[in-house]
Amino acid sequence: MKNNIINFFATIFLAFILSFVLPWWSVMTAALITSLFIPLKKASVFFVPFLAILVFWAVYSFILSSSNDYTLAKRIAVLLPLGGNPYVLMLVTGIVGGLAAGITAVFGKQFAALAVK
Amino acid sequence: MKYAKLIVSFVLTIGLFFTLNTKLGSIPPIGKFLNPYSGIWQNESTESISGNVRIPGLKDKVTVHYDDQLIPHVFAQNESDLYKAQGYLTAKHRLWQLEFQTFAASGRLSEIIGEKALDYDRTERRRGMGYGADQAIAYMEKYDKETLGYIQDYADGVNAYISQLKPEDYPVEYKLLDYKPEAWTPKKTALLLMYMTKMLAGNDNDLEYTNTLRLLGKDNFDLLFPDFFDITDPVIPKETDWSFINVPQTPLPNSKAVLDTITETISKPHPDNGSNNWAVSGSKSATGNPILANDPHLGLNLPSIWFVMQLSTPNHNAFGATIPGALSVISGFNQHIAWGETNATRDVIDWYKVEFNEDRTKYKYDGQWKDVSIRVEDIKIRGKENYKDTVLYTHHGPVVYDKNFNSDMELAGYAMKWIGHEGGNNQKTFLELNKAKNYDDYVQALQYWNAPAQNFVFASTEGDIALWIQGKFPNKWEGQGKFLMDGSNPENDWQSYIPQQFNAHTKNPERGFVSSANQHPVDENYPYYVFNDGYETYRNRVINDYFNSKEKFSVEDFKNLHNNNYNLKAAEIVPYMLEHMDTSTLSKEEKVIYNEIKTWKFNNDINEVGPSIFRQWYGKLYNLVWDELDSEELELDSPFTYQTIYLLKNHGDHKFMDIVETEDKVETAKDLFLVAFKEASERLIEIKKEKDDYTWLKYKATYAGHLLQALPAFSRFDIPIGGDRNIVNATSENHGPSWRMIVEMSSPPTAIGIYPGGQSGNPGSKYYDNFIDDWAAGKYHQLNFLQSNQPTDAIMSTQTLTPEN
Repeated sequence: MKNNIINFFATIFLAFILSFVLPWWSVMTAALITSLFIPLKKASVFFVPFLAILVFWAVYSFILSSSNDYTLAKRIAVLLPLGGNPYVLMLVTGIVGGLAAGITAVFGKQFAALAVK
Repeated sequence: MKYAKLIVSFVLTIGLFFTLNTKLGSIPPIGKFLNPYSGIWQNESTESISGNVRIPGLKDKVTVHYDDQLIPHVFAQNESDLYKAQGYLTAKHRLWQLEFQTFAASGRLSEIIGEKALDYDRTERRRGMGYGADQAIAYMEKYDKETLGYIQDYADGVNAYISQLKPEDYPVEYKLLDYKPEAWTPKKTALLLMYMTKMLAGNDNDLEYTNTLRLLGKDNFDLLFPDFFDITDPVIPKETDWSFINVPQTPLPNSKAVLDTITETISKPHPDNGSNNWAVSGSKSATGNPILANDPHLGLNLPSIWFVMQLSTPNHNAFGATIPGALSVISGFNQHIAWGETNATRDVIDWYKVEFNEDRTKYKYDGQWKDVSIRVEDIKIRGKENYKDTVLYTHHGPVVYDKNFNSDMELAGYAMKWIGHEGGNNQKTFLELNKAKNYDDYVQALQYWNAPAQNFVFASTEGDIALWIQGKFPNKWEGQGKFLMDGSNPENDWQSYIPQQFNAHTKNPERGFVSSANQHPVDENYPYYVFNDGYETYRNRVINDYFNSKEKFSVEDFKNLHNNNYNLKAAEIVPYMLEHMDTSTLSKEEKVIYNEIKTWKFNNDINEVGPSIFRQWYGKLYNLVWDELDSEELELDSPFTYQTIYLLKNHGDHKFMDIVETEDKVETAKDLFLVAFKEASERLIEIKKEKDDYTWLKYKATYAGHLLQALPAFSRFDIPIGGDRNIVNATSENHGPSWRMIVEMSSPPTAIGIYPGGQSGNPGSKYYDNFIDDWAAGKYHQLNFLQSNQPTDAIMSTQTLTPEN
């Protein structure tokens, strides 16, 4: 459980730092690193980094959008189409980032497992 | 097993990365697009309009005051800095549109949206858009380095902005389509001006007319498409004395049209592209100051075609609507004069049939073979190999139609002669108008203007009003260029141009006002051949009747006229139809509709049903009358509305009235009224089911569509505004007054203006579409004309552009 929490926050922290130097896939890089150094078990391998980035991206986009009355988010939520609901767009944003992070972490786990052997 | 898991998870990871990083069809690369640090969330902001910005190459400091409409008021120390700042600020607020319009102009959309734009791109290139822009640049290089220098300054300003951008700062459309801005060049300004030329002087029906003439014969053609209607209320008043013109019209040669069968023609600009402008003299003005108004009718798009700015140096101070890509104010005023444009709609495109030799390297001309020149258009296509299109050029111009494009003639083609290809110095006209102090300066400025021909309205604080129809016009022989011409006969070439000083104009006419609304420029007494190229016949009469109706006019009257919804077209035909239609067979439901339109007072207001009934009824009627001209194999043109109504009322038993399909019956106009009414009623009842009612508001459902095919997310729908085409408030579904301006020539002038959009091009900004509601309601915003660099109460923020050192 402790590792879950450490991994969760470390993934967010790393993703945040890496975002200054890398494009959007910095979340994949962050998840790869934490999966190698803060190993998790079973479903947590996927779900912890998934949730971490989901929370990170959703909260970050909420902060950007709420200060501008969700003007653009409402429009993009028509474009995608998500019924014009900006919160759904934030959730989708989070899931996209989370998926990228989670899947990469699964790969990292497999890689680590082999490397240890 | 472990290896299998590793490989599967690896493939999944890479696959996911690819999916999220790549544009798939119309779906943007979703990882790039949605991530909060460089995706669309970064565009969720209102523009920053304070502080200091360093701009390389500025000579001096430039101050930019923003008022609460986000209009920048620019104070530069010299013209070079001014246009650099204009480029910078236009890019800052409208970058994507700025660039996209020139991509559209030059036939480069395939680069952005892929193969589906290839036909469009080929058309634009074969039309010679890039060629024309090259000619304009070449002209300036040779004759006017100063103007070209300012165009370069503008480019430097745009590029200064682009070079400051990081990918997260790109406008949202770049993220959606996954590409990035490229450097701006002077040629792009020339392309933008070509785009305007195409939009406003790119319409012609020569080829369609050729088909129609062949099909119907000359007598019928002349009845359907007369050079003058039975009424004319021209731009230049009828009583104008033309005796000063001492260069005659080109004499008529013995030349015949080439009666080819033309199955396909290139796309034309929107036929409603037009405008109103007018000015009253001091004697006709309630305050004693001349008042001027302008409202250009264009497609209602977001971002709007217009961007409003105040542009000043210590020597001049101009304010008004600019067009992203062009320098200086296009429709506006300065401390001394005001000006505005409407389209002059003159026939400046002609088509020539050329015959080639066997290997298409030469063409026949004056009994000899002349060399063709070749321009290879290399069209980049996103995700595909380039498409190379070889376009042959003759002395007439580009051979638009040949065996490679819209035609199957092996050794012949149709060459386009277009004033837009001539090169010229259109930009100079606006640079000079911005600085003009009086009538003479205005006339001086106009002489540089070639195309698109415009009715330039003018008023000055000195008390003058004027209107010049300015463009470079071929001095045509009677009937020249109405139909396809034989390109080998030198007599068919444009022989000369009408000397500029003989262009039709009027200064301080006795009636005390000048006006134009795309109607016939002159009456039959003007000594040059002016062909009816689709002139408007309704707005002009409503406007002129209004100004003849009383002695004095105020700004308030001008507003009312801009927003006038009187439907003269309906008023001229509906009573006649109601009177002559046999109503005995109308059903109960149809009778209701009949009574509705009977009580209509011909105002196209949003809560009326009359306009919707009329639109349906007249539309069905028009199609029934011209069913002879409805062809799938041929490009034909249907007659103008005015002439159609004229024929319905005066030639009701003409054979055109007969419905071709009903072989055993000969219909007359009266029969058509009823058939059309029944068809219209059926449709109206359907609409009532779909939309609850068919009030004009719901029927018309005006919208301002985003430049990317009216992408719903970035567009505004169901805008509550009345009017229609052929009405002074010319707002139809997606077309109408794209900028409304009224200027009173006090010292300094006071002005109001509004347009259906907003100053920002960012759909995430509250300034993206914030003018639309007021525009629809017929309201205006005060244009805060600052007289010095001191901010007034209207200013909400100031940004300083400083030289980099």
